[in-house]
Amino acid sequence: MENILNIRNVSKIYQNAGHQLTVLDNISFSIQTGSTVSITGPSGSGKTTLLGLCAGLDRSSSGSVELNQVALDQLTEDQRAAVRNKYVGFIFQNFQLLPTLTALENVMVPLELRGEKNIKSHAMDLLDKVGLADRSGHYPVQLSGGEQQRVSLARAFSNKPAILFADEPTGNLDAETSDKVIKLMFDLNREAGTTLVIVTHDLDLAGKTNRMIKLKGGVIISDLELSHA
Amino acid sequence: MPDHKFDIKRPVNYAWLLKMAWRDSRKNRSRLFLFISSIVLGIAALVAVYSFRDNLQRDIDNQAKELTGADLVIDSRRAPKETVAALLDTLGQQRARERNFVSMVYFIKGAGSRLIQVRALEGNYPFYGTIETSPVTAAQTFKQGRNALVDKTLMLQFNAAVGDSIKIGSVHFAIAGNLESVPGQSGIASTVTPVVYIPLRYLEQTGLNQVGSRIQYRYFYKYDRLAAVERDLKRHQRLFNKEGLDHETVATKKASTGRAFGNLNKFLALSGFIALLLGCVGVGSAIHVYIKEKLGTIATLRCLGLNAGEAFLIYLIQIAVIGFIGAIAGAVLGTLVQFVLPLVLQDFIPIDISMQISWMAIAQGLAIGLIISILFALPSLLSVRNISPLNAIRASFDSVVAKRDPLKWMVYGVIVLFVYGFTYLQMNGWIEALVFMMGILIAFLLLAGLSKLLMLILKKSIPDTMNYLWRQGFANLYRPNNQTLMLTVSIGLSTVFIVTLYLVQGVLLNKVSLSSDSSQSNMVLFDIQTSQKEALAGLTRQYKLPVLGQVPIVTMRIEEINGKTAEELDRADSLQQKGGNSALRAFRGEIRATYQADLRGTEELVEGKWTGSTPAGRAVKISLEKGYAERINVKVGDKIVFNVQGLLLPTEIGSLRMVDWNTVQPNFRVVFPTGVLEQAPQFYVLMTHVPTEKVSADFQVAVVKSFPNVSIINLGMILQILNDLLTKINFVIRFMAGFSMATGWIVLLSAVMSSKGQRMRESVLLRTLGANRKQILTITALEYLFLGVLASAAGIILALAASWAVAAFSLNATFAPDILPLIVFFIVIPLLVMITGIYSSRSVLNHPPLEILRKEA
Repeated sequence: MENILNIRNVSKIYQNAGHQLTVLDNISFSIQTGSTVSITGPSGSGKTTLLGLCAGLDRSSSGSVELNQVALDQLTEDQRAAVRNKYVGFIFQNFQLLPTLTALENVMVPLELRGEKNIKSHAMDLLDKVGLADRSGHYPVQLSGGEQQRVSLARAFSNKPAILFADEPTGNLDAETSDKVIKLMFDLNREAGTTLVIVTHDLDLAGKTNRMIKLKGGVIISDLELSHA
Repeated sequence: MPDHKFDIKRPVNYAWLLKMAWRDSRKNRSRLFLFISSIVLGIAALVAVYSFRDNLQRDIDNQAKELTGADLVIDSRRAPKETVAALLDTLGQQRARERNFVSMVYFIKGAGSRLIQVRALEGNYPFYGTIETSPVTAAQTFKQGRNALVDKTLMLQFNAAVGDSIKIGSVHFAIAGNLESVPGQSGIASTVTPVVYIPLRYLEQTGLNQVGSRIQYRYFYKYDRLAAVERDLKRHQRLFNKEGLDHETVATKKASTGRAFGNLNKFLALSGFIALLLGCVGVGSAIHVYIKEKLGTIATLRCLGLNAGEAFLIYLIQIAVIGFIGAIAGAVLGTLVQFVLPLVLQDFIPIDISMQISWMAIAQGLAIGLIISILFALPSLLSVRNISPLNAIRASFDSVVAKRDPLKWMVYGVIVLFVYGFTYLQMNGWIEALVFMMGILIAFLLLAGLSKLLMLILKKSIPDTMNYLWRQGFANLYRPNNQTLMLTVSIGLSTVFIVTLYLVQGVLLNKVSLSSDSSQSNMVLFDIQTSQKEALAGLTRQYKLPVLGQVPIVTMRIEEINGKTAEELDRADSLQQKGGNSALRAFRGEIRATYQADLRGTEELVEGKWTGSTPAGRAVKISLEKGYAERINVKVGDKIVFNVQGLLLPTEIGSLRMVDWNTVQPNFRVVFPTGVLEQAPQFYVLMTHVPTEKVSADFQVAVVKSFPNVSIINLGMILQILNDLLTKINFVIRFMAGFSMATGWIVLLSAVMSSKGQRMRESVLLRTLGANRKQILTITALEYLFLGVLASAAGIILALAASWAVAAFSLNATFAPDILPLIVFFIVIPLLVMITGIYSSRSVLNHPPLEILRKEA
């Protein structure tokens, strides 16, 4: 099977007041299309930085990131934005719904950005799948945390991404809501055949993926294939 | 193989950007309108001023004939020679003439007197427009007998009525009517010298038409064909120049009136522009906060694939639309305000203003509003391009400030150019525009520097032992997201503008009041004939008043400058095609010179050598006032031949003097040494000091009764005139300053509201941690109180500096500001800031923390 993501010798170094801070140090790995991968590690281990680089939100200090055959390091920020719009879906810890848009409008944004027409029914279908069709006209502030994350899920899948990045998707939810959101995320992922990359502290959540990459101090300390009975 | 050339070309979907801009503004519209309301008043002021200007220009064009009252007006400062007078009697198809001069009027019934302008009229002037009187017929009937038309303010002042008697010179006149308005004369002009019309045929009987009397001779003509006006002027131009005759036609009056109001319009437009600039500061800083708050939204959109240009365009559309709406609101308000402006300015305008909507002014207002709101929002808007999508996953990531953006500096450059360009268009002088812009820039920089300094000092010096509430209040002034810089600049600038206006007005009044020192003269009697000199001095002493000086005045005119007559100079100028024949002006009009042995206290020698006396047979070395010498284009060593009532007197310029004209005593452009003019026909000026208004009034009545030709200027009258003038000017200034004051308050409100989110979160956290209502209130009050104190103190200090500069360099006056009003300013402004701050934060005080947190989320 083809790799959707190839990370080769990637480092990320921040300059701060004359000091160098190496957040990621010479990281290499690949992710197969359609697989589910979790990236875990303690706080400050570089998980979010790695997710940012993989998703084309930032540029590495050295090494290369290749997403769906596109070498991200050679692109400008606007080019990377186009890549994200075409191939990437996001789920954020704090949901990041646009506060001035209704649930339905939030779901439609990625498609509208592509200039697609007649997208309302598609977006409504997705809201229906996450159980929020009746809340489509509500603003984020009128929704609970769990509901917001479900809208976020619908938005993430709306542009039929090749790869979905989830940054601590249950970090702001209670256990019961978390379980529902995780189930929904995996169901939608399976249905869409999307590659899923989850950054999480939650080892239970990580355990639901096919592969777990563990970071510490900016380096990969383990990379395990997980088997599910 | 990796696809290195990923196709990013996506057509810009403007419809979606518009939709997104609309959606994104949903929860912020009231705030956006508040931001933009900062410019509404500035635009309103400009639209009102521009509309007024357009209407004024149109009315000047339409009413130009009524302004002059004739097709041609010729005037002379001296009686024309017989041959010239004969020529003047042949011009035009209808003729009228007038002699005007200042003199005293004595109201018999009220036993009061005052300096007035007497206009002795003959003929049917005005040929266009009317002399408006009450009763209406008085304008015509007064010429039938010994009647007078008396200015309405004068009638009120002396409680006079139609039918009462007045005495001018030696003649009694019956008041035929109230003079309501005179062609071409504004209300303010009649405040300075109220007009009294009398029939010309009684002038001789008054005894005021004597040697040395300063009479202006005016001739009015009506032509059947306008082309004939130009033809006559062209034909007699040389003679008019030679004889010192000036002329005015409908066209020249139109131009000069336009020029005069050009200055008024400049002042009004610049006042409006200051309000607009102040508003722009508000817009700029509010948009800065707004964009900062949009960081998360923009970062999320960037994650979802929005590119930098599209993100920028979404917010540009929002600002442009809101700016345009603000401009429309300003234009509507301005159009309404323009109907008020003629009421504000009625005393300054010599014509009837017919206010109409000026679409040109509205278009200019809309364009300026749109440009300025975008321009001042651009520095913040450009940051949108640099917001990283990483902000969506890392709250602490802030790349907005990290990048240096050359485009931003370009925008700052464009802003400076815009301000300069706009100012230049108002002032029509690049140096004046530069000075204005630099003044504003320096005020901006000083206020900004001061606020930075304060933040630094507070940061370093707040002791840990200080009461927590005070510490928190102080700390809010320098912590992240503080409003210190922006509020200091906006409140400070408003304060500078308002306090400077106030202080300069004080300087002007003070300058005159200072002359009430008993050792200085506060009353000047002039037009005293040689034969009256001793008797008048005696009368003065009889009233126990000191004779502080009796200065001789000899009238003369210039015959030659460096061997050239006016005619020869005119020819030489024509040959050299010079634009302005400045030296020719010297030949026009009469010069009132004096002779003295020593320089006076109000004179300072600046060039050459002072000569106090001339031994017989030696060259006469005279002294000229420096400004006058520059105007007539002469220097030390030049030769001037004066015509002293028929006798030619050669002189040489021996020295130049600076003269302080702002004193209640006679000063002279031309001063002779003693030993030359003693035998020439002359009259005198007497200076005295009257201790009270009562003595002043009694003395004046006595003088007018015994010496009807003598005119009197007293400090009380000057003060009264100045007060009247300043009150009227003040009203206009305050009206325009009102726009800045109101804008300053809106900017303050907008600033407080725009940073409300930040303060709200902090206050809610404090409340959650157990802070009570009073504690939150105290912290908020202290923060805004300090801000107000700092901004108003800085503004007052800058205003003091600006007023001192105006007093020292422009008015040449002592600067001694009244402290009490400054204290009032210093108390009122911070209180206003504090009340506004508390008012806008009231929701956090009155609602449970959770409710606010959820709403603000």
